[in-house]
Amino acid sequence: MAEMTMIEAIRDAMDIKLGQDKDVVVFGEDVGYFGGVFRCTAGLQEKYGTNRVFDCPINESGIVGTGIGMAAYGLRPCVEVQFADYIYPAYDQIVSEAARLRYRSAGDFTAPITIRTPCGGGIFGGQTHSQSPEAIFTHVSGLKTIMPSNPYDAKGMLIAAIEDDDPVLFLEPKRLYNGPFDGHHDRPAQSWAGHPMGEVPQGHYSVPIGKAAIRREGQDVTILAYGTMIFVAQAAVQETGIDAEIVDLRSLLPLDIETIVASVKKTGRCMIVHEATLTSGFGAELAAQVQERCFYHLEVPIERVTGWDTPYPHAQEWDYFPGPKRVGKALQTMMEAV
Amino acid sequence: MSDYGPLSFSVPEPAGRPGDEPDFSYLDVPKAGTVRKPKIDVDPREIKDLARTMIRVLNRDGEAVGQWADPIEDDLVLHGLKSMVRTRAFDERMMTLQRQGKTSFYMKCTGEEAIAVGQQLALSKGDMNFPTYRQQGLLLCQDYPLETMICQILSNAKDPLHGRQLPIMYSSKAHGFYTISGNLGTQYIHAVGWAMASAIKGDSKIATAWIGDGSTAENDFHAALVNASVYKPPVVLNIVNNQWAISSFQGIAGGDAATFAERAHGYGIPSLRVDGNDFIAVYNVSKWAVERARRNLGPTLIEWVTYRVAPHSTSDDPSKYRPRKESDAWPLGDPVLRLKNHLIRSGKWSDERHIQAEAEYEEEVRAATKEAEKYGVMGEGSSARDIFEDVYKDMPPHLREQRQKLGV
Repeated sequence: MAEMTMIEAIRDAMDIKLGQDKDVVVFGEDVGYFGGVFRCTAGLQEKYGTNRVFDCPINESGIVGTGIGMAAYGLRPCVEVQFADYIYPAYDQIVSEAARLRYRSAGDFTAPITIRTPCGGGIFGGQTHSQSPEAIFTHVSGLKTIMPSNPYDAKGMLIAAIEDDDPVLFLEPKRLYNGPFDGHHDRPAQSWAGHPMGEVPQGHYSVPIGKAAIRREGQDVTILAYGTMIFVAQAAVQETGIDAEIVDLRSLLPLDIETIVASVKKTGRCMIVHEATLTSGFGAELAAQVQERCFYHLEVPIERVTGWDTPYPHAQEWDYFPGPKRVGKALQTMMEAV
Repeated sequence: MSDYGPLSFSVPEPAGRPGDEPDFSYLDVPKAGTVRKPKIDVDPREIKDLARTMIRVLNRDGEAVGQWADPIEDDLVLHGLKSMVRTRAFDERMMTLQRQGKTSFYMKCTGEEAIAVGQQLALSKGDMNFPTYRQQGLLLCQDYPLETMICQILSNAKDPLHGRQLPIMYSSKAHGFYTISGNLGTQYIHAVGWAMASAIKGDSKIATAWIGDGSTAENDFHAALVNASVYKPPVVLNIVNNQWAISSFQGIAGGDAATFAERAHGYGIPSLRVDGNDFIAVYNVSKWAVERARRNLGPTLIEWVTYRVAPHSTSDDPSKYRPRKESDAWPLGDPVLRLKNHLIRSGKWSDERHIQAEAEYEEEVRAATKEAEKYGVMGEGSSARDIFEDVYKDMPPHLREQRQKLGV
């Protein structure tokens, strides 16, 4: 075992795959010599050469598009889009190409590409460095969308993504890169050092795509969350003393609906927490699936705590960010309802 | 057996990395005054060479020489120099504010001041710039209140953008300054559309588009060029080639294969490559392109060759990816110093006046900062209510409900 930040865990996953599989290539803006603006690829170009790890022109559709071409040839590109907020120029390539190559060629051509991109707020990044666009990708058939919440999962899930034969969008909650963040922005930052999830096995392992993890067992309410919101939910639970079960979805699509249903049937209450905007957010899909399967077990309506339906503001970040206070208040309201 | 060896591809490398000596041998710098000035209605095919050379006016001795050295009114050129000094003073102070934790973020334009200032002075009231985040000079050479700029940077109670935007992402229609987007290249095409609108309405206003060398790789740059080529609207298409896009040198954007100015050729757009650290060249070339736009002669693309002396932003550390002293070795020198020397040589300025101007602008910025700080720093004074305003013209019920939920 080694103590790693999420950045180191992500780098280690790429390092292992680059070492094991000559078909893996890594590229994106600033990822080569410099090692990425968040340092996720630091040292990889030096180790594997510019043929395998290299810088790209600032053109996200080009990064994904060339990646798809390489994947169609038979490589396993792991590309970086510098911020999820910059991914939109690549949307056509992801939606119309990567996600459909297998379907429209009946498996003749496939696109086993992994697209890594930092997402989420909490760093005063304003509207172009803070977004959580997962729902516009879970809406796309043929694409897998996953988001780890800690170094252990980040490494195992990234290895699984690179080894996956379908295109995978790998969202990295950037506020978790250097430590768990529970939304208490006014308190000293925590680091992954000494945190159980910062303990990462050396060498190859994978965390299967499509499997949720229960972060806290509880009896009274199920909280469905992912990414940074896992730690926000944990703080809210601790502060309210409510016996909640926290399910870390990890993989949004495919979704581990069995784990979700089992938990909600047990607790009879379901709360969904995400940073992304409310309307047509991934929470809407979760709420629909939970009520379809657990309607007669639900004691109160499903509650969503999310970012507001506005662009991500800069100065009002902490009024926008669904922090432990909002989650805690909603939890208490749910518990008082019945 | 195949006649061919294994295939290979190329990943461009810059001339120097940390630890290396700076090397600008890739940059051909013609002598000032050697590049011709074409007629305003020249056929683009006749000036293809002007996209490969470099228009320069100020020589080493500070003289303005050659066909592009049209005389500029004294007041205007002095205003240009002062605005550049002001911009530099502003940048220095704002960096300090960031280090003091009073703002989250800042971006300097050190070494590139002549470009924004020189072009703005060639424009008229009503023209519209579509800037990137490194053209603060467009505002700093106009009458835009300094204090308002600083309030935006501090995201405080008097921030005209209500704390919603990252520091430095100003917006002022009245000053011909389109709202800055943090995404790259997305607004280059807007300048083309805006110019088309001006033409559709039979108006007299023109547009200027701004982009960096790195962002010319974005699709929207190419979309702008094809539309500008087809419709020939009154637009000036600027590319500020400051050699570095964060850690990616200009070769990663294709700059080794052809100049950025040459990209216009495939679209039949006349294109010029200019010493961006030479204020007189910037102003006179901008004048030429603006005149073409106003006379319905269509778009002009200009590559301004310059150097990003500063880090990309306060989040960046260039010592990690480029030679430490690269900036000192930059062959086109410092734009402020060059214009200053020119004006001293022609008897319109002096060292004493320059020192005095530096002190005056430092004091002006200091005083404006002090005033701005009264309205809060680092987001103080911003209102949570403002999160929900301006999403739509009229707030829909669901936002009203969410605002109530937040309790503001």
